[in-house]
Amino acid sequence: MPADSIDIRYVAQLARIALTDEEIERFGKQLGDLLGHVNALAELDTESVPATAQVVESRNVSRADVERPCLDRETVLEQAPQRQGGFFRVPRIIAE
Amino acid sequence: MDELIERSGAHIAAEVNTGRASASEVVDATLSHVDAVEPAIGAYLTVLHDAARAHAARVDERVRAGERLALAGVPIAVKDNMCLTASRTTCGSKILEHWIAPYTATAVARLLDAGAIPIGKANCDEFAMGSSCENSALGVTRNPYDPSRVPGGSSGGSAAAVAAYEAAIGLGSDTGGSIREPGAFCNLIGFKPTYGRVSRYGLIAFASSLDQIGPLSRTVEDAALAYDAMCGFDPMDATSLDRTPEPTADALREDLRGVRVGIVREFDTKALGTDLDAVYAKAYRDLEALGAEIVEVSLPTAAYGLATYYLIAPAECSSNLARFDGVRYGLRVDGGDVRAMYDATRAAGFGPEVKRRILIGTYALSSGYYDAYYVRAQKARTLIARDFEAAFAGCDLIACPAASCAAFPFAAKSDPYSMYLMDYYTIPMSLAGLPALSVPCGWVTPEGGEFPMPIGLQLCAPLFGERQLLGAAHAYERATQHALARKPLPAQVRA
Amino acid sequence: MSTGYEAVIGIECHVELKTATKMFCGCANVFGGEPNTKVCPVCLGMPGALPVPNEAALEAIVTTGLAFGSEIPAFSKFDRKNYFYPDMPKDYQISQYDTPLTQGGTVTYWLEDGTHKSCRLTRIHLEEDTGKSSHAGSEDGRIAGSSYTLIDFNRAGVPLMECVSEPDLRSAQEAVAFLEALRRTLLTLGVSDVKMEEGSLRCDANVSVRPIGATEYGTKTEIKNMNSFRSVERAIESEIERQIETLTSGGRIVQETRGWDEFNGVTHSMRSKEEAHDYRYFPDPDLVPLAIPREDVARMKAALPELPWRRYERYTAEYGLGSKQATQLLDNLALASYYDRVVACGGNPQRASNFVLGDLSRLANEHGVAVADSKVSPEHLSELVALVESKMVNSKIAKELLERAWEGGGSPAAIVASEGLAQTSDPAAIERFVDEVLAANGTVVADYKAGKENVLGFLVGQVMKASRGKADPALVNELVKKKLST
Repeated sequence: MPADSIDIRYVAQLARIALTDEEIERFGKQLGDLLGHVNALAELDTESVPATAQVVESRNVSRADVERPCLDRETVLEQAPQRQGGFFRVPRIIAE
Repeated sequence: MDELIERSGAHIAAEVNTGRASASEVVDATLSHVDAVEPAIGAYLTVLHDAARAHAARVDERVRAGERLALAGVPIAVKDNMCLTASRTTCGSKILEHWIAPYTATAVARLLDAGAIPIGKANCDEFAMGSSCENSALGVTRNPYDPSRVPGGSSGGSAAAVAAYEAAIGLGSDTGGSIREPGAFCNLIGFKPTYGRVSRYGLIAFASSLDQIGPLSRTVEDAALAYDAMCGFDPMDATSLDRTPEPTADALREDLRGVRVGIVREFDTKALGTDLDAVYAKAYRDLEALGAEIVEVSLPTAAYGLATYYLIAPAECSSNLARFDGVRYGLRVDGGDVRAMYDATRAAGFGPEVKRRILIGTYALSSGYYDAYYVRAQKARTLIARDFEAAFAGCDLIACPAASCAAFPFAAKSDPYSMYLMDYYTIPMSLAGLPALSVPCGWVTPEGGEFPMPIGLQLCAPLFGERQLLGAAHAYERATQHALARKPLPAQVRA
Repeated sequence: MSTGYEAVIGIECHVELKTATKMFCGCANVFGGEPNTKVCPVCLGMPGALPVPNEAALEAIVTTGLAFGSEIPAFSKFDRKNYFYPDMPKDYQISQYDTPLTQGGTVTYWLEDGTHKSCRLTRIHLEEDTGKSSHAGSEDGRIAGSSYTLIDFNRAGVPLMECVSEPDLRSAQEAVAFLEALRRTLLTLGVSDVKMEEGSLRCDANVSVRPIGATEYGTKTEIKNMNSFRSVERAIESEIERQIETLTSGGRIVQETRGWDEFNGVTHSMRSKEEAHDYRYFPDPDLVPLAIPREDVARMKAALPELPWRRYERYTAEYGLGSKQATQLLDNLALASYYDRVVACGGNPQRASNFVLGDLSRLANEHGVAVADSKVSPEHLSELVALVESKMVNSKIAKELLERAWEGGGSPAAIVASEGLAQTSDPAAIERFVDEVLAANGTVVADYKAGKENVLGFLVGQVMKASRGKADPALVNELVKKKLST
């Protein structure tokens, strides 16, 4: 099992949450603590055990290719944080 | 009318259906009471004064036209992580503080169709993450039996509302214990059905493979009525089960003859202290007195439930909560570019517990760690489910504590892991998808506490065993009547 | 390749399925439309919404896999691909990671000269499309330099098949031929409109080069932003050239994504470094696994229509059509169906093909009507073919008959009978016409006998005129020549 610490900065980047230095330290400790408990799972013999894919046994739930009513556009856009005409508007995307 | 709102949902529905009371009268009385006690309890984030009255008027029309509705005029609290059209739906979070849902959750819609009246959107731990309701970013809810204590969580608002007569039935959601634990803390029935029995469409997702909607109520009968009205396949939820309906309202028993009840060897109640140990010992004896055969069962992997849960649930939630990004709805904090906007919006919109779970969940799924954490946890989950299967080969129901203690004071569990431990007894059932509930089984005045606080007995049945679960809980409730021993405080809570 | 290098190319493409509704919700799946009008809580990623898969999309991908001889596994599932982007309503895409709905398979394609080759498929999987972004504030509408972005989610949730090929292609032409073959099959199956200009087919190419005879692969680059088959060809050629130049001048190929610049005819590096995304794939807990029953697979396999490669073989090997003609027919399914019905009525398939692709298509284009929608029924065309084949009418009359059939004139055979348009092949009758004409054109005859051989055409024409066009032109030619030589 990996170590009891997490690269909080990297994970916060993946999760798109800006953290203060204080949070990075605090969460680092708290989650390291949790990981310590979680690492106990290594004690279990899971070699030939299948991972639970789904608790329920259903398979193949699907729906017919039939139209259902859409939402009215005003309903959709009236709560948009920023809109322009019929579009959602966001600040520029810096290509990575 | 005032006493009517202290009665069960079944009783209220009977009064409304027979014309002895109108839904509008019930709702008016409920709303006055809500306005009076909310300052002390804080169960609701939004009270639906106008909508409730409109729904009541509609129910009265239907009853006058000859319809008989299973929940006619029954006031309900709806946890604020469930969508209800045109109502503010916040999940207890700043990121959705002003969001109005454009559609209604299927489970809620079914209850409304059965005549129930939505009184308000109930407070909860933010995005259903917590066991005390203290993680709500938008309000504080107090335990109606001791205002210095928490109502439990994450469905604390719904539990407090029902306990304080601000609704007859509350809708909660349970992922690791979030219906059962507040049920236990507030002297209620808190019932989580088998995973897939109740549609999750419109329930704002925390952990998709664990979340289930269920009722909080003052009687087992009410829990059965609400469940019967909500359960069943929903074409909008691919994980909802397509099984022949199995109503529970006619399965409520008076005794437990022929029922084998398993007591879990690993859940030794001595560890909970003398008072609680005594309460549970008595509860098990009472089950026996009703005719049950008490047997010992073993759940050796249950001890790993917390570790398993605190990998799977955060992993799923880290993905489910990605959509809260400031683009299409909810809070947006501006940034010079999209990336900065995401980072700032989510930093401002999510509270610390939500952030912690997103972080650990993201980590558990990340490259290099996926097999060691997420996959391993899903395998441990299989082992836990198998433990239950083996145990149920020798018994019909399992009985154990719903929580390790009574409702605790605010800020008592500031260390996150100590809060996670509150789900110790309820998590294993969630991981296995089993139906389980909490039923009041006694009172204990906690150390340093001023008032006796309710204690909950957890009963758990095999998959799809709702009938035997509610049936047995009813027999126990009827024989012991622990819930009636005390009334909630403060005085103004009593109608 | 005289450079000593060979190109190694693989294609990755996304095909929009033309189901009536989106992949996971009941919103209409239509191209165009006012922005954000074909959306619902599910495809907008609203809180509490859940996906439910479209059974027509599932059937479409299995059918497609079967058409390419892919393996359909007994078990499949959907996985979440997690990343943040404003056109992603949930900030994860429901896709398939390690259990795609089809595995393997082969696309048989043919080149202009008729040689056929195959390219193996790695896999085809199902996923949902994103919304559409338009970047505003920059000069060319690209991201770089833009000041904000507008998003339309109408396209979000449309079902996509992602098809990945093995790097079996060896030239830009092969890559295009592969795409054309892929496109023809998808059109035959009716699962997609496959129009690059509408975005229902999008493709990227992975290109590398290596010395001829080498077995290891060179470093590859991924080429994006190609908007037509022609672009694909030019872009791949340009990249191959660039890579060979780089290597022969001692440079290294950087593994990167490069965008095709249509205007300047070059590829540009799109990323300065290879940024690896950690997509954190895991099985989507909102969806249940797919167990595809073998009986369903067998049923869909049995229901497959005649696929393009098989049809091409029928046209070329059985009917003797040239590769170009066969390809022309196959590129227009309605025309090919029409052609097949003509052949089914009887008649020489080659002559039928000439008519269909020649005069009939010309008429169709002139009038802006599709052949299949014209008044010329396959039965009537088949009659016409038979009349020409049996030499009952000559080609000039045949052309007239076709024009009349186009106007709705009805059965050519009936017209010939009622109007006496049958070609005169009776040598005695033709001889009389020839004698008449030669007698009336003494000076021309003298010119011919004096060595002016090109006046033969005039004399033949006169005989045709005298016979009101019905004489068999070949016979006329023969007889005139004979008479003139005496």
